[in-house]
Order: sequence, then C-alpha cells, then structure tokens
Amino acid sequence: MLEILLDATVRAGTPILFATLGAIINERAGIINLGIEGLMLIGALAGFSATYFSGSLLVGVVAAFCVTFIAGSFHALITVQLRGNQIVSGLALTMFGVGVTALFGKGMVGLTIVGFERVAIPGLSQIPIIGKAFFNQDMLIYFSFLLVFLVWFFFYRTRWGLGVRSVGENPAAADTCGFSVSLYRFFAVTVGSGFVGIGGAYLSLASTPMWIENMSAGRGWIAVALVIFAGWSSQRAMLGAYLFGGITAMQLRFQAMGTTISAHILQMLPYFFTILVLVISTHRLQKGASQQPEGLGLPYDREDRK
Amino acid sequence: MKKIVLLLLMLTLPFASAVCAKDIKAAFVYVGPVGDGGWTFAHDQGRIEMETLPFVKKTTFIESVPEGADATRVIMGLANKGYNLIFTTSFGFMDPTLEVAERFKDIAFEHCSGYKVSENMGNYFGKFYQGKYLSGIVAGAMTKADVIGYVAAFPIPEVIRGINAFTLGVQEVNPDAIVKVVWTQTWFDPGLERDAADSLLDVGADVLSMHQDTPATLQAAEARGMLAIGNDSDMRQFAPNAFLTAPVWSWGVLYKQIATDVHNGTWKPEEIWWGMETDVVQLAPLSDKVPQQIQDLVAEKKQALMQHKSQVFTGPIKGQDGKILLPAGKTYSDKELLSMNFFIQGVQGTIAD
Repeated sequence: MLEILLDATVRAGTPILFATLGAIINERAGIINLGIEGLMLIGALAGFSATYFSGSLLVGVVAAFCVTFIAGSFHALITVQLRGNQIVSGLALTMFGVGVTALFGKGMVGLTIVGFERVAIPGLSQIPIIGKAFFNQDMLIYFSFLLVFLVWFFFYRTRWGLGVRSVGENPAAADTCGFSVSLYRFFAVTVGSGFVGIGGAYLSLASTPMWIENMSAGRGWIAVALVIFAGWSSQRAMLGAYLFGGITAMQLRFQAMGTTISAHILQMLPYFFTILVLVISTHRLQKGASQQPEGLGLPYDREDRK
Repeated sequence: MKKIVLLLLMLTLPFASAVCAKDIKAAFVYVGPVGDGGWTFAHDQGRIEMETLPFVKKTTFIESVPEGADATRVIMGLANKGYNLIFTTSFGFMDPTLEVAERFKDIAFEHCSGYKVSENMGNYFGKFYQGKYLSGIVAGAMTKADVIGYVAAFPIPEVIRGINAFTLGVQEVNPDAIVKVVWTQTWFDPGLERDAADSLLDVGADVLSMHQDTPATLQAAEARGMLAIGNDSDMRQFAPNAFLTAPVWSWGVLYKQIATDVHNGTWKPEEIWWGMETDVVQLAPLSDKVPQQIQDLVAEKKQALMQHKSQVFTGPIKGQDGKILLPAGKTYSDKELLSMNFFIQGVQGTIAD
C-alpha cells in the first residue's frame, strides 16, 4: 500500500513540481510571476498539439518549453524592460493563457495521442517501497528529478546562477558589479516560464493524455504558494510538491479502501496541512531565516538608484 | 358562482403565460466551456439541432459563466438584447434566472436541473438515472472481481441517484458485486479524476464508472487494461479497449419541442422531467466485448423503461445498513427521487451531510 501511495504521490506532484521550479527561477531574479496558471495551460496545449501533429513526445515537450518561453517573454518585457507592475502583468498572463488556449484549443478537444509510458530503470526499480515510486516512472518524471538538481547546481555552483541570485537580492549592487540586471531578469523569467510550460505538458502528455480547456484546474496557484513554502529552494519545492500530491493521493485512497471517515474531513486534509505548513514556515521567518529575495517585486531602474 | 369563477381565474392567471413569438431568438447560458466534451458540449449539440427549425432565426450562447451574481448580469444582458427564449443550463443559475424572469415577462425562460417555476420560467431535466441503471447492468456483467469503482463529483441528489440506480443495475445481474465510491469534489479536474480512478483500481476494481465531466477515468482504465463506462457523451475514442458504454444526453429533441411550443403560443412554464422514452437520455452503443445475452437484457430493460412497464427504483430496496427503505412492490415518487440523499445496499462510500 505504501508503495502504491508513494507512486501516486510522485505522479500527482510532478506537474506542480515543474511549475514550482519555474516560479522559483522567476522569483530568484526578483520577478513575481502570477501567470503560472496561464503558462501551464499554454504549455499543456502546445505540448499536446505538437505531439499530435508530429507524433513525437519529445517534440511536444520542446514545443511546450519554447511556446511558454515566448509567452513568458511578454511578462519579462512588461516587468523588466518597461518596469510595469508585476502583479498586474502576471494576472493578465493567466487570463491571457486561459483565453488563448480555449480559443486555439477548440480543434484539439476530443483528439487522442499515446502519452508517456513508464520506463523501469533496471536494478533501482527493484528496491522495496521506493523503487516503484521513483525508478519505474515516465521520462518526464526522471527529468524533473534532474531538474531539481540542475536548478540547485545552477544557483549555487555557477557564476550565472550567482548573477541571477544577486539581481534578485540587490539589483543595484549587482549592477555595480557589472551584472546586466535586465538581461539576467529577462532570461530568468523566460526560462522559468518554459519549465512551467513543461509542467503543463505533463498534464496533457503523461497524466491524462488529452487536451481539455482549463485542464490545469488551479495547479498553477498551488505552485505560486509552494514557492513561499519551499523558501525559494528547489529541494524543498520537491518536498512541498510531493507533500501536496501525497495528501491528495492519500485521501482518495482512504475513500477507495472504504474507511468510514467522512469524505469532507479527508478532503480538508490538503488544506489543513497547507495551513500547518504556513504556520511553521512563518514561525521560521520570525526567527529571521527569511529566504525571500530582497529585491522581489521591485522594478529596477538604474536612474532611480539611491 | 361568479365569485368562484373569478377566484379560479385569478388562481390560474399567474400560470398562463403570454409568451408567444413567431420568430424564435434563443440564447443559452453555459456553466462550462463548449469544449468540455461532456455536459456543456451535449447542451450545445442540442442548441445546434434546434437551429434547424425554420422559425428559429437566431441562437447564441455564452460559455463558462460563473454561478452567482455574474450569471444575473449575463442573463439580463441577453434579455436586453432581444432574445425571446433563454435557457440556463446549470443548477446554480436557478435564482439568477428567476430574478431576470421577473423583470422580463414577455421572454420565456427555461432552467435546467432546478426546481423553481414562475409565470414565465419553466425548468427541465432528464431521467439520467435510467441510463445509469442500464450501464450498471453492463458493469455488473463484465466485472470479474465483483468490485466496481465509481468516481463521483459531488454528493448531490443527481449524483447519488445515479450511483444508486447504477448499483441496482449491477445487482440485476450480479448480486455479489459492490460499487466503491470516491468523491473528487469537482466536476472538472482531469488530473484529480485520473488519480481517483487509479485509487479505485489499486483496491481491486476491474470496471470503472463515473459521474464527472472529463474522460480521465476512461484513460485510467485503458492504461491498466481494465474496463470503464463513460458519462454525459460518447467518449470511446479516449479508451477504445476499455470503453463499454455510457449514458448520454441528447437535448435536441427537448429544445426543439420547447421552441415549437413558444412559436405556437402553447408554451407553459412547467417542470419537465423526461425519460428514455423521449431520447433525451440515451445509452451509447455497447462495446463488442459485452456478450449478446447481456446486450439483449439491456435492450429488454430499456424497452420496459420506455414503455413505463417498470421503474428503476422498485422495492425491496435496502439501505447500506441492510434495513428496508422501500418495501417490495413500492416505488419512489419523483419528489423523493429528486431529493435522494442516501446510499443503498451494495454501495461502499459515505455521504457527509
């Protein structure tokens, strides 16, 4: 049972994990992105359409990345170049994503593709309990594991990562040191958006291989919240995404097993844990351990430097 | 005598509607997107069918309208634009529709799935549980594990009635089988529906059924080589091997009737609850996997329902605790059916009040 539960946890958590990682890359550079929900939908539709017409899942994933990269560049243009309000621009991006995918997705409703299949890693998938959950999954899930590592490696072991972090913490200081604030921020927003798009594509290519309007069903907003829970760290994003996916998977399985606990109480669990986690993380914040980038949400203008 | 006649006239007056229009201009208010492939899609197919009538000059629709205050504004807007027949197709549109209907007495309003009627607002629905019952017969015959999973949206009478009717169908051919219910608390979340379906397969179900808006449950069954029954519209392309059948909506016949009545000036606001005899509720063609004997049984039961020779809910019906709820030979009234809030024996699941 635990094995099955872990497996379901990973599968439910993966789209949220991609989206959270993408959002972290955005926010590390100091740009709040509330367009995650819209970007997920754009990624889901782009991935599905590209796979449908090309017959290749890889093409679908690449298309999802590229199209959301472009969609994200609008947010980058408004918030970085034009120094517009990040909240307004992000919300507009979500609304744009919902609308544009409904419009262009009409012709894709009801079509079918062959989605991602499980690929067992020899040896590792035989490990009791965790083997099936972590090493008998589809390629996108393996990629998400790699991405968690890559995001950490990028931020803490590369000069570019340091650049992104510094423009997020203190753009003026970074600018003085010769980092191009707008260039770093622009790429953080667009590349981050691209990974959010892959999260959306996970829904339409692996989780339920089809396109339906609004299929992300609020997962983008969960990702926005998880960024704070994760303290802008990729490893903790993994923990958060699996925690949320796991509790959902657990309450469904409690029902299926025929427990007599009220379904309403079971369904409260994910939200109950969210509140609990928020309490714990705020408590940690009060101890002065905030990981929030100092420059988050603030447009940077060299002329305005004080 | 005069007084009594006058009194009678006064009593009937509010129910006689003056709505009559030579040219029909109809508007539809939908809760979901036309592209949902299920509930709203089926209504829109009905709208398109209604358009074929010569006196229907124009139809329009507004999709994804949130239930509540926004709906009032949308319906009001349509009334102001000169539409003379307005359909609202979600339970939550009931009060907004009534509110607007009271201000536009010369427009005919029809609300789907509610229970309120006014002098120019009727309501309509179909006996979908009849289709659920027939699909239950198929599920009961096809399960080898005697465990059937049911992914359900919300514990409301419409869904509960469907689960009970489905279970009665299952028991018709397989008294030992149980129907396990998992609630998702959403009409529309493919990822979550898929997970709920997987959770039922994990506990041994080999046939799945559902009351949801997306084909995610079918995909879950297909992926594991199990069987499944669809909902709202024929979704077999999503699970060519798993798909057995589906109770489906076909609103065209009802919409054409209402439009014709308004055109002829014979339209009355009433409560319409049509069953299989009218084609509003149908059963999608059965898969070849279903044995001939069961196909015949389904056809026979369908015939009996259509000719009103039998009722789905006929006693004895026992509750989950084994107590008799409906004595042998008795049937439920429409009112009891419309407010059903309990599970019958054979269903494993809880309804929280």
